[in-house]
This record gives sequence, C-alpha cells and structure tokens, in this order.
Amino acid sequence: MARYIGKRLIYMVITLALIATFTFFLMKILPGSPIASASKLSPEQRAVVEARYGLNEPLPVQYFDYMFGLLKGDLGISINQFKGANVTDLILSRMGPSAQIGFQGMILGTIIGVLLGMVAALRQNTWIDYSSTLIAIIGISIPSFVFATLLQYWLGVKLEWFPVALWKDGFMSSVLPSIALAMFPLATAARFIRTEMIEVLSSDYITLAKAKGSSGFEVAFKHAFRNALIPLVTVLGPMAVGILTGSLVVEQVFAIPGIGEQFVKSIMVNDFSIIMGTTIFFSVFLIVVILIVDILYGIIDPRIRLSGGKN
Amino acid sequence: MKNSKLFWLMSLVLVLSAFLAACGGGSEEGSETPEKEKEDGTSTEAPAGEPDAVQELNLMEGAEIPSMDSAIAEDSVAFNILNNVNEGLFRLNQENVAEPALAEGEPEISEDGLTYTFKLRDANWSNGTPVTAQDFVFSWQRAIDPATGSPYGPYMMAGTIKNATAISEGKMDKAELGIEATDEKTLVVTLERPVPYFMSLMAFGTFYPQNEAFVTEKGDAYASNSDNLLSNGPFVLTNWDGTGLKWSMEKNAEYWDAETVQLEKINVDVVKEPGTAVNLYTSGEKDRAGLSGEYALQYADNEEVIKELEPTLFYLKFNQERNGEKTPLANENIRRAISLAFNKQDLTDVVLANGSLPANYLVPTEFTFDESGADFREVNGDMNEFNAEEAKKFWATGLEELGETEVTLELLGGDSELAKKMDEYLKSQLEENLEGLTVNLKAVPFNVRLELDEAQDYDIQNSGWGPDYQDPMTFIDLFVTGSSHNLMSYSNPEFDKLIEQAKGELAQDLAGRWDAMAKAEKILIEDDAAIAPIYQRGVMSLQKPYVQGIVSHPFGGDYSYKWAFVSGKE
Repeated sequence: MARYIGKRLIYMVITLALIATFTFFLMKILPGSPIASASKLSPEQRAVVEARYGLNEPLPVQYFDYMFGLLKGDLGISINQFKGANVTDLILSRMGPSAQIGFQGMILGTIIGVLLGMVAALRQNTWIDYSSTLIAIIGISIPSFVFATLLQYWLGVKLEWFPVALWKDGFMSSVLPSIALAMFPLATAARFIRTEMIEVLSSDYITLAKAKGSSGFEVAFKHAFRNALIPLVTVLGPMAVGILTGSLVVEQVFAIPGIGEQFVKSIMVNDFSIIMGTTIFFSVFLIVVILIVDILYGIIDPRIRLSGGKN
Repeated sequence: MKNSKLFWLMSLVLVLSAFLAACGGGSEEGSETPEKEKEDGTSTEAPAGEPDAVQELNLMEGAEIPSMDSAIAEDSVAFNILNNVNEGLFRLNQENVAEPALAEGEPEISEDGLTYTFKLRDANWSNGTPVTAQDFVFSWQRAIDPATGSPYGPYMMAGTIKNATAISEGKMDKAELGIEATDEKTLVVTLERPVPYFMSLMAFGTFYPQNEAFVTEKGDAYASNSDNLLSNGPFVLTNWDGTGLKWSMEKNAEYWDAETVQLEKINVDVVKEPGTAVNLYTSGEKDRAGLSGEYALQYADNEEVIKELEPTLFYLKFNQERNGEKTPLANENIRRAISLAFNKQDLTDVVLANGSLPANYLVPTEFTFDESGADFREVNGDMNEFNAEEAKKFWATGLEELGETEVTLELLGGDSELAKKMDEYLKSQLEENLEGLTVNLKAVPFNVRLELDEAQDYDIQNSGWGPDYQDPMTFIDLFVTGSSHNLMSYSNPEFDKLIEQAKGELAQDLAGRWDAMAKAEKILIEDDAAIAPIYQRGVMSLQKPYVQGIVSHPFGGDYSYKWAFVSGKE
C-alpha cells in the first residue's frame, strides 16, 4: 500500500508539472493584454508597465521563472485584478467560503440523493420511484443559475427565511447557496444508486441472503448498498472537486467571496498569475481526490486490488 | 454662470418631488397597494432636508477594488473610492465644477499660462500629520516614475506636466518633473503647454497627494488593505482586506471640511449579479441599486428610479485601411451612407431602454460648458441624423465609385448581452436600408477588441469612450492623424490643424479654442463621416427616497458622498 501511494505521489508531481506547463503556454496564446488601460498608453509607456511584471522577457525565461517560483511555493502576484496582491494569499482567503458551501452542498445532496435512490430501487415502479426519478431529472436539467435565482427570490426576498445574498450572517448565509449546489450531487447520486441497487438486488447473493432469513433492512444496507456505492464513489470524487472549488454561478448570484468566480474572471482579464494559481490549485485538489477515490475502492470492495497483485 | 442650468434643474426636481410626495400619499388608498409602496409613500411625505439621527448608507459596487494606490488605480471602483476618501488640490462640487479643495483659493497663474502657484490650506491626514506641498511632489513623481508602473500617471501627465513624457520613458530623472514645493504650503506646477482645463485635472485621483513617510514605511504593503492607507478626504476606508467583497467608509474626523459631511458610515458590498442587487434593494438591505439590461425595462416606471446621463459616447469607427489595403470604407459616400442608415431613436428607446440618448455628435451633452454656461452641444448641434432616403442615395453613389454592386463588411463589437443585441439591431438596420450590404458580426471580449483595434484588424467597430478630463478635447483629439486611438487610417490635415491650434496658440483664447474644437468636430462627423455616433450612455438606478444628496460626476470618481445624508428613513 505504502509503495503504491509513493508511486502515485511521483506520478502526481509529473502530472502537475505537465499541467502547469500546458496552462502556461495556452494562457500566453490568449488574446488581449493584462494591462487594463493598455488602450490609453503609448507603446513605450506600456512596455514600462509590462516590464514591471516581467512580461517583457522572452517566453522561455518567463516560463522558467514561473516554474522556479512554483518549486518554492510562490504563485506570483496578481497583475490587474488585485494589483500586487499575493496569489497564494488570495486563493487561501477565497477558498474558505467556497469549500464551506461546497462541502455542505455535497453532503446534503449525497445523503438525500442516496436515500432517494435507495427508496426508489426498493419500491421500483411505484409512485415513490417515479417521483424520485422526476426529482433527479429536474435536478440535472435545471441550470444552477435558475435554481439559485429562484431560491433567492422565494426563500430570501418573499419568505425572508434566509439572507437574500452576501456573506455576513455566518451559517444562515450559507444555506441557500448550499441548497443550490446540492441539486446536482443529489440528482446524480439518486440516479446511480437506483440503477446499481436494482442490479445488485437481483443478484444471487441477495437471494441467498434473503433465503438465509436476513431482514429486508439488513439486505438493503449491509449487502446491497455497499456494492451499489462503487460507481457512485467514482463520480462523486471529481464532482466533489468541482463543487468544493467553487461555482461561478452560485457564488456570483449569492455574492459570496469564493474562488470559482475568480478563476473565470482571471481568464477574462488575462491576469496570468491568478489563472496559473487557480489552475494549479484545482489540479492538486483533483489529483489528490482521485488518489483518495482509488484508495476508497479497496476499502469499499476488497476485490479491487490496488497494486496489481504484485505483493 | 455654468451653474444656472443645474440650479434650474435642481429646482425642477424639488418641485417634482413635492408632486411625487403628494402622489405617493394618495396611492395609499389605491386598490393594489402592497405594503412596500405604502412605506415609500410615507417616507417621501416626510420633509426632505431634516437629517435622521442614524446617518448610515448601504451601497453596492459591481467589482472589487484592484488597488487603492492613487498612482496605480485605473478602474472606476478605485477612482470612486479615492474621490471619497482622498482629496486633491481641487474637487468637483455639486454642480460638477472644479472648486478649490486642498488648495486655499484659486492658484496664481503666470502670464503665459504655464506656471501655477498653489497655496495649500491647513489640512491633515487621517493619522493627524499635516498635508504638505511635499506630499504632492512625492506622489506626482511616484506616478510618473517608470519603476512604479503606473498606467494613469503617464497617461494624465505626459504632454501636460513639464518633462513628464521623457521621465515616463526613462529618459530623464523624476526629480525633473514640473512640480516643486517652495515651502510647506506652497506648490509650484510647471506645464508643458497652457491647459485651460487644468483645474478639473486637479480633481482627478492620479494627482492626489501621498504621505511620503507613510508610503515609504509601508513599502510594498502600502494600500494593500485599509490599515495600510491614509486618508485626507471626507471619509476613511475601513474593513477592507485587500481582496475581499466588502468594505466600509467612515467619516474622517481629521478632514478639514468635516462639518459638511453628514454620513457617519457607508457599508459597501460587491454584488456582481444585477438581479441579486435588485433583490437586495427590494428586501431593504441596500439603499441603491444599478439597473441594467432587462431590469431597466422592468423597473422603468418605478417611482424610485433615477436616471442619469453619463458623458460616455458610443460610435462606429470606420477602418479605411485593413492589412495594408484600402477598405470600401475609404470611400466617403459609403461611410456617410452607413452613418445615416440606422435609426438611433429606436435603438435607445427599444433596444437599450436604459435612459441612453441617441447621439448625433461626439462631445457628449451636459458635459462641458463655456464661460457663459452654455453647453458645448449648443454650438454644434446635431450632425448626420438618421435619414434612410439620403443614406440610400449616398450608398448608390458610393457603390458606383467603387464599381461594385455588393459589399461585405465586418462589424466588430463587445460580447456582453447588450452589445450583441445592439449589434444585431445595427446589422438589420444597415442591411435593410443599404441594398447589397452584408454585415458580418464579430463579438469578442473587451481586451480582444482592443488588440484587434490596435492591429487595425476590423472593418467597422462599435466603440466607446469616456472622458478623462472635463474638456471637449478628451473626445476630439482621439482622431488626429497618427493618434494611438485613431487606428482607422483617418487623416485630415485641416482637422489636425484645428486641434493643434486649440492645443497651442489658442490655448488661452477660450472662445477661439472652443470654436476650433467645434469646427473640428463638424469636419470629423459631418464633412468626413469618419465616425458614426450612435448613442450617449444613460444609467438607471433604484434609490430609496430617504437617500439625499449623492452627487454623480462626469469623470474621475463616479459619485461623491460628501454631501449625502439620510432623511426620513425611520
């Protein structure tokens, strides 16, 4: 196991270096200048401003400068969104709110989704199954923008149960955005669990368990659910990364100081160091989660062997 | 008097608000009166002018603060806050006329109009140290120093303040800049050429002073959050962590004119989604919300709506030379045909519907006034108004001259919903009125458009410009031959000469200069049809009736809260 993880860690570093390299050069192909008022400056003056951010150097020099900084954990400074602000600090300060609503949304969505999926599978082809499927379809198909706006209008403005927007009332502020984010994992979990459960419930060992006199509850949770989890874990991992690292739409609608919105904005305005910083941050997150998911497979289902049977 | 028109407007507003108050009261008996409206009705009935005990405003901004360093700032959010927490030699007053602020009275101006001697009033920074003439010298030199990397420093100073151009290009030491502190309270500024609008420049953020000791002590951390900032204006910035979505402005007790300032605190949150801003306004959390796009249409008849005209002008640029080859737009009749062929009134009323005005001019209306207070627009009036019949005639002549029956042109524009909608409309108008014309739309993000503009890689471009100082020149000199904003190969020696005269020999002959600029505008639009004006931007906002005295400005910071107060909220 330790050897396996060690090997994976080395792969992770290589993957990261490749991602950073590709992003760096792709980003430099982006049209437009990071100097916001470029249109107002003469070419000489613009050259002076660019030199301040090292943008006048040849591309390979810029690349090695950046990678060398990266090795030391330095993500550089923002060029135009927060002039001179340290990108590491920016990411750290923006990560909290994104992670909080993402985590809450993920937990809420997964729990409700799993329950819905299980009930639907156990009561296949009844009204319970149909309404659970309907909820899953709605959750997948309504864009989060519409859902977030509706939540804000009805639960915030009309009923006044929760703050309309802004990040200042602690947990209460996080409720609506979390619900908005929960819809997607909810729908996904419900669909996967239902499909898998139906398949698992018809397999031989379930029949055996029933024949041995296990109660319906025991069969459902102890035998069927565990096996139905595998495909869910596969999709939930990467989805968790997407949600925990913030959603442009939900953060924007609820005016939350999160990181998802920064990522998109930085590309729009060519703020190179923020593009790089957020991309690397997301990549690290994703790679680590994939590793965790792989390890989880082994725990959930011992039949899946991680190290390819060498040991 | 420059102010007469505004005074007249103000009194009209007062009379109108009295009417509105009466109406508001009456609507209480109306059949469909939700609770919200009742509250508003009563609040407008309260006598405006009696400030409440609690003086706190809750406002929103559309973006974060990129930098609070006046030498580095280049965006509207930062300039707006700078205008409220800092102050320069002059400040735009409630009538948008630059009046002495840190300067004690008008400066002494030398005969040749090149040397200004300012006396400073006794004023303090928010840490209690006095604002000195040296603070100005320090900040101006810092803004022009290439090492600072200031975008607006060179832009505002080059060609205006003595030696600024050479210093900004690293060819001269910053100590050579035309600014000198002869003693603690005396500042002597030397200009490159006489600048008739110099006072209004002094109200612009880039020319604010900075406390040398403080800036040096903080080093790179200067202006990185509200603790690393000093104010010398009506308010102090607080609760700003440098990258966050919220901040406050609190009354500055050290401000020399603190007794005028009534607001104790302004709480600002960044809300980027227009719908969210409206919801926060409706739920009563915020006192003012901008209305854009569909929200402008939806709330157009709401009685809490205020409309403001901005001095920002949008126009079509006709590129006469692309990739070294002449475009069909090099033909004057083709250009004129296009500039006459779209209905601007319908565009502003139906497509934009946000209080914008159709523009048949370049220099915006309600922006600059001559000595007698007459709007620059009264001199030149309207040019190239929509006229489909005329357009068709010019089009036919133009095609004949080109020897073509069909022309395909690319229209380059922004990628916002509104910009796309507008360009669709222009395309349909042009293709409908000009037979044989095909318009291909190209929608790109702002910085990509700048790049294409610079490479002169477009046929027609939907472009906009806002002023950087209060003078028609900020618009007109964009189009002189070889200007870094021309970028469409327009060149008319007569036009260039008028601009040169206005900047040179006529600089101190105000009437003659005004006349030269008016003639130049006429040549540009009417004679040459070099550009086709489209509209002057208007903005609509919702504002609670208890909010009083927010002043909006045509350039520099968008708003002043110095004179604002809350009346009738409770």
